[in-house]
Amino acid sequence: MFFWSLVLIAVGIFSSFIYGRSRIKLNSKKQGTKSKSLPTYYAQYVLMWCLFPALIVYFSWAIFQEQIIQNIVISNFEFIEGAVYNEGLLLAEIRNVANNPSFADGKSIEIINAASHYSSLRQISQISFYTSIIIIMLLGALYASQKLKPEFHAQHTIERYIQYILIFCSSVAIFTTIGIVFSLIFESLRFFAEVSIFEFLFSTEWYPFIPIREGQTAAEGSFGAVPIFAGTFLVMVVAMCVAVPLGLLTAIYLAEYASQRVRKTVKPLLEILAGIPTIVYGFFAFVSVAPFVKAFGQSIGIDASPTSALAAGMVMGVMIIPFISSLSDDVINSVPQSLREASLGIGANKAETIKKVILPAALPGIVGAFLLAISRAIGETMIVVVAAGTAPNLTGNPFENVTTVTVQIVVALIGDQEFDNPRTLSAFALGLVLFVITLFLNIIALQIVKRYRERYE
Amino acid sequence: MNNSVAKEKIVSLRKKRSLEDMRFKYYGFTAMCLSLAVLVFLLYTIFSKGYTAFQKTIVLLEVDYNQDVLKLTPDSSEEEMEKGKFFRVKKQAIENFFPDLSKSDIKLVKKLFSINADNEIKDYFLDNPEVINTKQQIWVTAHSDVDQLLKGNSRRDVPEDRRKLNDIQLSYVDQLVEENRVKQVFNNFFFTKADSRHPEIAGVAGSFMGSLFTLFTVFILSFPIAIGASVYLEEFAPKNRITELIEVNISNLAAVPSIVFGLLGLGVLLNVFGLPRSTPLVGGSVLALMTLPTIIIACRASLKAVPPSIKEGALAVGATKTQAVFHHVVPLALPGTLTGTIIGLAQALGETAPLIMIGMIAFIPNIPTGLTEPSAALPVQIYLWVESAERGFQEKSAAAIMVILIFLFMMNAIAVFLRNRFERKW
Repeated sequence: MFFWSLVLIAVGIFSSFIYGRSRIKLNSKKQGTKSKSLPTYYAQYVLMWCLFPALIVYFSWAIFQEQIIQNIVISNFEFIEGAVYNEGLLLAEIRNVANNPSFADGKSIEIINAASHYSSLRQISQISFYTSIIIIMLLGALYASQKLKPEFHAQHTIERYIQYILIFCSSVAIFTTIGIVFSLIFESLRFFAEVSIFEFLFSTEWYPFIPIREGQTAAEGSFGAVPIFAGTFLVMVVAMCVAVPLGLLTAIYLAEYASQRVRKTVKPLLEILAGIPTIVYGFFAFVSVAPFVKAFGQSIGIDASPTSALAAGMVMGVMIIPFISSLSDDVINSVPQSLREASLGIGANKAETIKKVILPAALPGIVGAFLLAISRAIGETMIVVVAAGTAPNLTGNPFENVTTVTVQIVVALIGDQEFDNPRTLSAFALGLVLFVITLFLNIIALQIVKRYRERYE
Repeated sequence: MNNSVAKEKIVSLRKKRSLEDMRFKYYGFTAMCLSLAVLVFLLYTIFSKGYTAFQKTIVLLEVDYNQDVLKLTPDSSEEEMEKGKFFRVKKQAIENFFPDLSKSDIKLVKKLFSINADNEIKDYFLDNPEVINTKQQIWVTAHSDVDQLLKGNSRRDVPEDRRKLNDIQLSYVDQLVEENRVKQVFNNFFFTKADSRHPEIAGVAGSFMGSLFTLFTVFILSFPIAIGASVYLEEFAPKNRITELIEVNISNLAAVPSIVFGLLGLGVLLNVFGLPRSTPLVGGSVLALMTLPTIIIACRASLKAVPPSIKEGALAVGATKTQAVFHHVVPLALPGTLTGTIIGLAQALGETAPLIMIGMIAFIPNIPTGLTEPSAALPVQIYLWVESAERGFQEKSAAAIMVILIFLFMMNAIAVFLRNRFERKW
């Protein structure tokens, strides 16, 4: 349906363009004056008045059609006294029957009625969708065609419209941020209405159990996120222990020692490491590293679990290496050559120059890179989901199973997503924490790097 | 005397220092080699685990297309043929193949064949209806457990209760191997079928199409918006607070964890706007928002690379600013913006977490045909297979990783090609 309407819109804008062009030529000939702008601008003017209203109709239909139809169907549904309905399942059933009449066998009469109601509503909606698109395009063209007079400055108007479009494009980023903040805070507030914020931040029991049936007497869920934060921190520390030495030393070697040829081959190879999807690292951690860590733990007498902070952290460290190395490489390269030459000139060798002059000079930039890497490590999801486990252990032992913020978000939202219980909502509270922390790290890191750049430029 | 002692000291100190220098250099070298070694090891792991998935095991069966067993006649219509009792034919073929099987053994032997074997027997018949009432030698797909055993992925020396195939089944498999009734051929199912509960007939076609639709959505949404935003910020935006806010916003958005974008998609696109769950439309929208900052940054860089003299030249001959930008600057920057977009798309292709959030993790056994149909995506498919307990899925996940890596490699190659071919040095 929406494909053909796109074709319809395309035909509409094409003909409106042609119309606008011939119309203005005709009008200026009639009045015997030259038009103020080139005919194309008048054509574009008509086109825009045709296109944008149609797009608005198109998108509002695409977004709201299904919901409105469903609401009407549900509100007209003949509920049987006493029976219990799950609205989502009911709707799915109605849709199934409507889309596929062979499913109707054995379904109750209410459902079949509702399904036919649903189909008829869809048909009405489709017809009215096409008519309203055509009408709105005609109206737009009509309005625009009244302005098609030679003394009208079409070009100015068009350029102003283009400005509006460009401003809209740039504000998408702002809308995205607002959307993120709004959705996280809104759902988190619902979560904190049921679970106290102090329990969430300071209690050490994470047991997101929710009684399935009303009146079940088993334990209430408890939502103390400390073990989760601790697990996140542990994995992050392991990752940084791998990534910082390897990444930094690689960067130093590439920036200061390596020949041009080595640089030219190694840098793209490291970029491959950065471009590999994180789920691939997850697979790697699960298949190769985790069994290795387990065997290693057993050989030194530690009982390692099959999924551990160490395995996830190590692989995450490898993922971050190119990140640290390329950022540090940039930073080291932007240390002015004069510092290097001065140090070498008074007789220091290369290693001494690097350790005593370049690294101290580059330190703020490198710290900034580390902070960015930490924020990457905290927000990383797939490696930990596959390799770190889901048990909220409050432990400092990297051979044990730990869980992280991102893992708990995934766990809470996989499967059945009912937005009326704290278990699902906890994902948004955790997401809010994650967002705030990474944003904070990021702002600091960018500030540091910016100051550092200013110092040497 | 004193002089020579001092000299010696200096020499030894210099030796020590140059040794230190060497050592430091080697630390760096080792670190670099280690990082590269991990890359090689990673690729090796994927290849060694995954290459077997491109082959499947098939077993030769002698099938008797007896019309009474099939409940068909030589002049049945196509529709009737569709409903023929092919499972009975298969059962008979197995019984004939291993005469004197007890009832319980028949069950065990049946488990050596794929669930799809009935369909293969049927398809063969539908293609050649003249074989009715004849005996045909047909290769049918073996069960994943047999497949894994013969590929050496599961071992036979573990105790019986921890094996998928028990001793009796093993002996039948051995018999089949001995009689040369088993062979390994190219696994076409892997490329033509969608996900399945049965590893031997699970493929990446469904998730591949899902990823394509998702990327299409990402491209349609992010490319025009990114160009618009970067043109505005680079060429038109006044230097004021709001512009600065937008710029800071974009650079911070680039570092927001991808899973948070998933939460945005769930909280706003699904719950507020009520877009259909698990569809490439929603997945693509979320990924488009996620990759937008990356693409905008790349587009701005390529707009910046166009020398100002071009724009000034256009302005000098009387073009308005809009004309100068859209007729001269943007076309020159286009290859660069395309390169940036492709790199952004490559990033979107590998992203898993946001898609899980918006429900593209559901089990979808058919190949999607549109943007608003529930579908899987390649990275999520890999995740599902990695998490699966079935042995046969492990090689599939590695093979799917190979597919995604090749896909990524091609996208990057196109980006590099575009850059080298069309980008002008000024």
